[in-house]
Amino acid sequence: MARLQEKVLTSNFNFKESPFKIKYRKYLHAAVDILSRLKKYPLAFVGLIVLVVYFLMAVFAPFLCPHDPAESNISIRLKPPIFLGGDWSNPLGTDSIGRDLLSRIIYGSRVSLLIGVITVSISVVVGSSLGAVAGYFHGRFDALLSRLADLLLAFPFLIFTIGAMAFMGPGFWNLIIALSFKSWVEFYRLVRGEMLSEKNKEYVEAAKALGQNDFTIILSEIMPNIFHSILVLATLRLGYLIVAEASLSFLGLGVPPEIPAWGSMIQSGKNHMMNAFWISTLPGMALVVLVLSINLLGEGLRDILDPRLRID
Amino acid sequence: MKGIKILERILLAIPIMLGIAIIIFFFMRLTPGDPVDIMMGKAGMVSKAEIANLRKEFNLDKPLHIQLFLFLKGLLKFDLGKSFTKGMPVMELIKETLPATIELALFAMMFALIIAIPVGVISAVKQNSWIDRFAMAGSFFGISMPHFWLAIVAILIFSVKLNLLPTQGRISYGVELAHITGLYVFDSIVTGNLEALIDTLKHIILPAVSLGSAMAAIVARVMRSSMLEVLRQDYIVLARAKGLPEWLVITKHAVKNALIPTITVVGLQMGVLLGGNMIIETVFGWPGIGRMVVNAIFARDYPLVQGVVMFYAFVYITANLIVDIIYTVVNPKIQL
Repeated sequence: MARLQEKVLTSNFNFKESPFKIKYRKYLHAAVDILSRLKKYPLAFVGLIVLVVYFLMAVFAPFLCPHDPAESNISIRLKPPIFLGGDWSNPLGTDSIGRDLLSRIIYGSRVSLLIGVITVSISVVVGSSLGAVAGYFHGRFDALLSRLADLLLAFPFLIFTIGAMAFMGPGFWNLIIALSFKSWVEFYRLVRGEMLSEKNKEYVEAAKALGQNDFTIILSEIMPNIFHSILVLATLRLGYLIVAEASLSFLGLGVPPEIPAWGSMIQSGKNHMMNAFWISTLPGMALVVLVLSINLLGEGLRDILDPRLRID
Repeated sequence: MKGIKILERILLAIPIMLGIAIIIFFFMRLTPGDPVDIMMGKAGMVSKAEIANLRKEFNLDKPLHIQLFLFLKGLLKFDLGKSFTKGMPVMELIKETLPATIELALFAMMFALIIAIPVGVISAVKQNSWIDRFAMAGSFFGISMPHFWLAIVAILIFSVKLNLLPTQGRISYGVELAHITGLYVFDSIVTGNLEALIDTLKHIILPAVSLGSAMAAIVARVMRSSMLEVLRQDYIVLARAKGLPEWLVITKHAVKNALIPTITVVGLQMGVLLGGNMIIETVFGWPGIGRMVVNAIFARDYPLVQGVVMFYAFVYITANLIVDIIYTVVNPKIQL
């Protein structure tokens, strides 16, 4: 922590560069610093590597898939995976209408990661900017937004999302809207609270005395100092949102059925538990491994960067 | 003084309920077209007069602010409107399915607490031992595991492979049981019906464990950390110094105090329990509110969905209110 602060502070006093360049360098320093410290947390490091592998899988899905995920061939339906006596043309077997399970699982990672990452990004941007403004200016705007935040927090997340999807209907962007509608609040509360405690510190006073305007102070003075808390929360929320997406797809309220998603694959395999259990268990494994590694990474980052957020 | 604080807290819940009602109301209007259009579009041939009648029946012919007013007025009388598909008041339907949901939630919570509190206590007392590490790894899995995935794996192991437990419903076909409270396990105990008791218990194990595991995982972690904190306090040192045996120090002094923060978490976890019940009830064909609302979503029965979501919000807020009140009563240091 001390090293990070030292770096942040030294780059702060370089007046020759533009504020935006300084800000950019601060984040770069922080990222390198986090990575070097993550090595001491082997489990979190494993989580990071698994997450990167999943991302690569999602990006290069068309090159990795042995088959078209939508192509069905009824003559090879319910074929077992290779470790249960199947063959290499469908390494993880096929589903009830003969679609290749491996290809569908690889494509499924796209839905989970895309929806997770987009929703987290929207929540971070909306929540942090509203929180920053509310915490920094602390006026009527803050009072109003904080009431709204209380209101949204008084609502269990999954119920709210299920209700919203019930009214909007399945769809990629509908799902993102439903998930973001409430998840920005966590970031709002975090950033607002941090803003309130940071804005009276000496370095902010100093920046004010130097004649910097409020916008610059928020963006390039205060934000870099609370960036790490946002990063930790964002990682932990990513895992949660991916589970929420899968739960909604499982209920048939997620993305439209023609897009392969792990939740709906688990649902479709439920009817074949007796004779082809791999249809629901394998996509479930893919989901659990992803969520576990995101949570391992998140908890590791929290221990490194922001021990105050710990629940234990 | 405390009485006034509690009253204040109760009064504060009212504007929150009102706000939620308004959010739900407007969310329902976000749907393109009005609910009657969408429903009738699915149903096919319906005359214009019938559509107009339906609009009138559900107040959709009135201006928006009047609709909102009527909706809120209905809420005051616990009137959640009428279901499109079942033609019954939503409140009646909730009353019908409520016992099944309560029974499942109670068992899930019991399972969670019975597992989590001892695990948390033992982990804290034996901090960094293999038991602690094993328990915390387990709770980490519990937090990361989606409800429905756990349910599927449980069905696969205990029903499909071992053929031990049933996977659908609350009671086997042909097992007789007098319905007194609607909580089947309780009813079979009261009537002394051993056959029904074994059967209902067999039905409830898998759904309750799948639903309660996430709560167990979180409560175990919180219990462990608050135990660790309590064990460092002066009064524990004093209790040891005056020669109390260690088990008495832990049970009588430490656990009692460590339970206080845990209560809040249990209240917050009610939300997870309520959300999870929609999924678990659907997987296990459990005839409760959760399955009803999921079916209502696919039948496009908007008043029913709206009413049940409102009901869930009410339960969640009330549960947290009760938790807050218990918190003030058991912990004299905390003010609301």
